[in-house]
This record gives sequence, structure tokens and C-alpha cells, in this order.
Amino acid sequence: MEIIISILAGILVATGVYNLLQKQLLRIVIGTVLLSHGAHLFILTMGKLKRGQPPILEEGIVQYTDPLPQALILTSIVISFGITSLLLVLAYRTANENETDNMEQLRGKTNE
Amino acid sequence: MIIAILAPLLVACFIPLLSKIKHRVHTGFFVLLVPLSIFTYFVTFVGRDFSTQLQVTKWIPSLDINFSLYLDGLSLLFVLLITGIGSLVVLYSIYYLDRSERLDQFYVYLLMFMTAMLGVVLSDNIFVLYTFWELTSISSFLLIGYWHYKERSRYGALKSMLITVFGGLSMFGGFVLLYVVTGTTSIQDMIAHPEIVWNSAYLPLILAFILLGAFTKSAQFPFHIWLPDAMEAPTPVSAYLHSATMVKAGLFLIARFSPLLSASEWFYIVVTSVGVITLCWGSYMAVRQTDLKAILAFSTISQLGMIMAMFGFGTKIAIFAAVFHILNHATFKGSLFMIAGIIDHETGTRDIRKLGGLATIMPIAATLTVLGTFSMAGIPLPFLNGFYSKELFIDSALHLEGGMSTIASMLTAAIPYLVVFGSIFTFVYSMYFLFGIFTGKHKADQLPKPAHEAPFGMLLPPIILITGVVVIGLFPNLVNGTLLNHAQSAVGNTLYDVEKIKFWHGWDAPAFQVTLLIISVGIALYLTRKKWQHIYNALPGSFSFNRVYDALIKQLDRTSEKITNAYMTGSLRLYMTIIIAAIIVVTTTVMMVTDGFVVKFDNLADVSVLELVVAGVMVVAAVWTIFTNHKLAAILITGVVGYGVAILFILYRAPDLALTQLVIETVSVALFLLAFYHLPQLQKRDDSTGSKIVNATISIGFGALVAMIGIAAHSSSGFAPISDYFIKTSHTLGGGDNIVNVILVDMRGLDTLFEITVLGIAALAIYSLIKLRNDKEAE
Repeated sequence: MEIIISILAGILVATGVYNLLQKQLLRIVIGTVLLSHGAHLFILTMGKLKRGQPPILEEGIVQYTDPLPQALILTSIVISFGITSLLLVLAYRTANENETDNMEQLRGKTNE
Repeated sequence: MIIAILAPLLVACFIPLLSKIKHRVHTGFFVLLVPLSIFTYFVTFVGRDFSTQLQVTKWIPSLDINFSLYLDGLSLLFVLLITGIGSLVVLYSIYYLDRSERLDQFYVYLLMFMTAMLGVVLSDNIFVLYTFWELTSISSFLLIGYWHYKERSRYGALKSMLITVFGGLSMFGGFVLLYVVTGTTSIQDMIAHPEIVWNSAYLPLILAFILLGAFTKSAQFPFHIWLPDAMEAPTPVSAYLHSATMVKAGLFLIARFSPLLSASEWFYIVVTSVGVITLCWGSYMAVRQTDLKAILAFSTISQLGMIMAMFGFGTKIAIFAAVFHILNHATFKGSLFMIAGIIDHETGTRDIRKLGGLATIMPIAATLTVLGTFSMAGIPLPFLNGFYSKELFIDSALHLEGGMSTIASMLTAAIPYLVVFGSIFTFVYSMYFLFGIFTGKHKADQLPKPAHEAPFGMLLPPIILITGVVVIGLFPNLVNGTLLNHAQSAVGNTLYDVEKIKFWHGWDAPAFQVTLLIISVGIALYLTRKKWQHIYNALPGSFSFNRVYDALIKQLDRTSEKITNAYMTGSLRLYMTIIIAAIIVVTTTVMMVTDGFVVKFDNLADVSVLELVVAGVMVVAAVWTIFTNHKLAAILITGVVGYGVAILFILYRAPDLALTQLVIETVSVALFLLAFYHLPQLQKRDDSTGSKIVNATISIGFGALVAMIGIAAHSSSGFAPISDYFIKTSHTLGGGDNIVNVILVDMRGLDTLFEITVLGIAALAIYSLIKLRNDKEAE
């Protein structure tokens, strides 16, 4: 199963990158979201899957899944949420201000 | 000695204080004391029984870089030139520079240069030598650009800086190699065991690097181009730096290292041929110039080439003649520069076409010029020092023995002809300089100022220098035993029989016959100058090394601009493509090299249909985001991926993650809807097929790389996770049963603190982005 999830993470990352390489800001935001989903799945897979019960201590259970990747992913989810929301507002403001959301038109005017 | 070296620099610190009273007393008078007292100090060393001195002051002992000063005959000769001519130049500058000029800057730079130059010739440590070497480049740069409001000055200063620093860096490379080979930083230690360098495989490289440094500093062909442009400096600077001292630093370097480097036959070939070519080219080009200082600049180039060639010859006579000519050239060239400055000062122009008939108006300057130019041309008169060194030069060129290889013997055969050619043109330009200024019709109407004789103070330094010319001319053996022989033995370790220097060797002496030939052909060429001068239109014609330099600089500018413009397009997509492509290439290469791609199928979790269905839905949704052109659809299918992740979290026993993911996905989708409502509609992707293929390749490549890394990491056996500790101690130490939450707030609480900070900052940023408007919108 780990191999399948790894491939799934790879596909998510690939679609994320493809969206990142687009011209429209909107697609780029979607790209970052997909990219972070891919990364979270990747971290989860690295801690091995389905090796025991949820990491909540209960009498009589000896085998738990690895709690550390879960803690890391939880932190990451929150941070990527913060980033995504900031990015969204930034995209909204940029599109409003410049009346375009096309990255090719949003280039700086000078080379400096 | 160390005080003597650093004295100019110390005095320079106090010069700005003197500028307050410069309207009463010229700052130069205070400065004059410095070189004069150093000169007096070093004169006491001169004598037949001179012995070398070594003085070591610790500087960076851990790196073997010490301030060690070594005084031998060669350094003593240079030190006396630097301080002696330095004193005269300061005296001259007192009359040359008006008190309204920025005198404090001038003398600060000049004293800085003096320290640098003394350091170059006295250092025994190669790295200290290099330090002072670059200080001469910097102070020369400052002095050439002294009148910085002139465009030509800035151009000349930059050019000399670029060329000499290029050479200086190359020399530094040679020094580092020398240090690596010999293991010592002291020049004398290296010379004590020269066979280490002779047998080193790096000898050719060391030779090339050090010669490059010497050639650029001493304005050798084809690096001579900076010297004529350095003539934009005030004349005292030209006289001091660009005739007597700094340009001889390269010669000093060659002389100092010749015991180490002359073992290679390439030393003979390169130094000699570059020197002789410089001699010929410089003297040939000097006749073409119309500016007095430009004539003298090319003359300096040519004479430096001559001395360089003599160091290349490496015979006993040649080395003696080289040392002798260093002294002689400094005397007559320094005085000629000062006279050129006087003429510029008193007539307002340096253009030889506007000058003429000044002999009766400026009789003292005319007399001095006659002596100076005749000495430069090597005319056989028993009271001119130039003749003796010139005759020795011709003598040594005639008696060269062929080298081992064909190139060397061919060079040896060609040298006498080239030397005669160069000497003939030396004669021609000397006469051109002399007669062009002082004879012919006086063109008073073309002169900006009515010509008159210079003040005595201004004439005094050239008079002293010309007195030197005449005294050495009358008594050619005067300084041999006391000074020059020590200098010679420092270079060649051999002594030339001093008694041989005399004026008359008889009619059948070959050097004398060649001199007569040179003079007669020179007279003929000078008189018919107008007839053959158009050959300059054929050679060099419009070609010049300046053009090569300018084109090179321009090309460098243009090429770097082109390269930068090629990849710094301002397009974020391009940067993204480059970044990801670089990651793919580098990571894949590393994985390939280290055999990192391992796939093992053991130790895997079992596959269930539910997971496969969820994964399949996520794949479809993720791919769909690429192809949809509908805003709402794009948001919803992104949401599908997010909820898919949440379901996977449930399946993989991560309840907290699933909870968070669900909530955040919901909020995110809401936010997306809110923001996207204001964003423009999704457009059809109007990319060309080419860029679509590039994007697809890049993203599929990156995705594949991530998947491969995941699989490979899973298949490689690492070490056991540290989670057992968390599981064991969660209740006992953390006091909680939810291990993930205990990790988040207890065991790794710092992460959580800053994650909260991130959210806070994001919230503040969003608030300010929405609330803060620029003026246009506020209205």
C-alpha cells in the first residue's frame, strides 16, 4: 500500500507543479494546495501505514501507529492553511489592483 | 627600516590637518621633509662594504606572513630612486600645483604611493610584497584620476586599474604557487634553495603568472596601452609614477625573481622577446604622437622594454647594463617629464604642433632638454649617462649566445636587428621631441599663454636630475662599486668588471660602430620624417591595441547583459521551470550515482479496495483541475482532493489529522469561493503545444521523482523510529493519552508556538492587505 500512496503523492505533486507553471494566478493557488496535499500524504507514508491502532493510549493495546509524522503533518496543515489563505487574499488584491491575473502581464516593468 | 617605510603613510594621516593653512604655506613644503629624510637615511647604507640587512616584524605569524624587510643592492637602488626622485617631484609639485587645488588629497595619495613603492622593493615576504603591489595600483589609480572632473582622467585611471590589477592578481597566483612549491613565504629563503623551484612541475605556470604581473605593471607589449592614457595625471605624477618608479616595479619583480625563474629557457625567450618587441613598438609609435607627454609615455614604454630585454639576456654585461639603465632612465626621463610639464605650464599647451622656437624664450629648459634627449638617444658624448648604458646594451645584444632550442637561437639571431631598429627610432623621437619644441618658428598666436621661462623653483628639480645625468656621464664608474655592483650581484650573483666602463673603446669596438650606424640612419630618418610618416597610416593604421581593449570591455558588458537578459526575463514561470528542472536533474543524478532507486515489496501494508477507490477518485480530481476551465468546478474538485486526503487520514488511523483536515478543507473551500468570486473567470489555457509539452514533462518528471523517492525511502532499511519513547512516556511524563496532542503541546511544544505565530502573522497580513489602500483607491 505504501507504494500506491507514494505514487498517489507523486501524482498530486505532478498536477500541483503543472498548475504552478500556468499563467493564471488562480491555477497557481490551486497548484500550491495540491502540492501541500501531496507533501502531507508523503510524510504520512514515510511513517509506515496501518501498523497498529490510532495513537491514543488504551488499555490492552500494544501496537500504535507512529504518532510523530501525524504531529508533523498537523503542524504542516495549519501552516499551509495560513499560507494558502494569505496567498488567496494576495491574489485577489493583485488581480483587483492590476486588473489582470495573468502572470505574463504581471511582470515588472524594468529589468532592474 | 620599518619606520622609514611607514613614515609616509603616517605623515599622510596628518596632511588633511595642514590644509587649513595651505593658503599661507604650500602643503608640499611639509611633505618634502618626508622623502628627503628617508633618502638621507638610506644614503648612509651606500658604500663599497655594503652588506644586506634583514628586519622581521611579526604580522600574521600563524600564516607565515611577516613584515620582513630585506635590503640588498637592488632594493637600495630602488629605494634611493623612489625617495630621491620623490623629493624632487614634491619640490616640483609645489610650483606646479596651485594652492587652489585640492592639495591635501594630492599629497595623501602621493605619500600613500611612496609607502607602497618602498614596501614593494623592500618586502621579503611574497604576500606582503603583493599587498604593497596592489597599494601602488590603487594609489596610482587615485593619482591618475586626480582631476576627476575630466572624462579622460577617469577613463585613464580605470584602464590602468583594470590592467594592473589583472596583472597583480595573476602575480598573486604565481606567489601562491611558489609558496605551495617551496613551503616558505620568504623570497630569500626561496633563492637560497632555487633547485626546489627549478625541479618543480609548476615552474612554467609560476613563470607565466609572475611574468604577466611584471609585464602589465611595467607597460610591456601588449599591456602598454594604459601608460599613454595615464598621462592625464598631473605632470609630477607622470614624472614620478609613470617614468621613474611604479613602472619599474615590474622590472624589479623580474630582477628579484630571476635567480628562481631564469633556469627555464622560456624565461629567456619570453622576457627577451617581449622586451625587444616593446622597445621597437614603443619607439616606433613615439614618433607618431603629437602630445609631449604621449611622446614621453611611448618613450618610457620603449626604454622599459629595453631594460626588460636586458634582464632577459641574463648575461653579466646585460644585467649590469639593466641596473645601470634603471638609474639613468630615471634621471633623464624624470627631468624630461618635468620639462614637458614646465612647457605645458608656461605656454598652456602640450601639442607639439603648436610649439616651436622656444629656445630663446626658455633657454634653461632648452639646455636641460638637449642634455636629457641626447642622453635618451644614446649619443656618444662623454658627459651623458644614457650613452654608456646604451652602448652596454648594444654590446650585450651583439654578444648573445644562442639558446638550446630552435626558438631561442632564432630569437638570438634576430635580436641585434631589432635592437638597432628600436634604437634608430629612439634617436628619431628624441630629436623630434627636442627640435619640435625648441627650434623652428615660434607660433605665439597659437599659444593660450605668452611663453616665458619658468620660475626657478620649478626648474630646480630637472636641473638636479640633469646634473645627475652629467655627473654620471663624466664619471661613469662613480656609483658602480658603491651601489650598482651590489644591485647587480643581487640579481645575477655575478660581478661585471667595473673598470670596463669607459667612454672610448676605439673605432673598432663593434658597439661603437653600431652606434654610429644608428645615429647616421637616425639623422637621415629624422630629416626626411615628413616623407615617410604616412607609413603610420598603413601600420598600425586604424588598428591599435586601445581598440582591442575598448572592444573587449564593450563586448564583456554586452555579453554579460545578453546572458542576464536571456534568463532574467521577469517571467515567474520560467524561473519555476528552471528551479524544478534543476532539482530533477541534480536529485536524479545523485540517486543514479549512489544506486538510490531501490524497490522492495516486503514489509508493506495490505491493499484494500476502499483505499484504492479513494485514491482513484483523488487522482481523477487532481488531473481534472488541469483540464477544467470552470472556476467553480476547479474549486470543488480541489475540495474533493482535500476530503480524499481526510478519508485517507481516517483509514490510516490518524483521527486528529482527519478532524483538522476536514475542518480546514471546508474553511478553505469557503475561502476559495469567497476570493474566487472576485477573481476573473478561468480562461482557456492558450499555451502553445511546445510549452505544454515542457510543462508536462517537468511536472511528470518531478512527480515521478517524488514517488520514486518515497518508494526508495520506504524500501531502504533505516533505523527504528523514536516514537516508542513518545508512546511510552506520553501518559507518565506528558499526562495525556492522546499521543499526537501530547507531542504537539508538550514534547514538541515549540513547533506549535511558532505555528500559532504563523497563523497570527497570516491573519495580520490578510487584514492589512485588505484594509490598507494606497492613495489612489482611498480617493
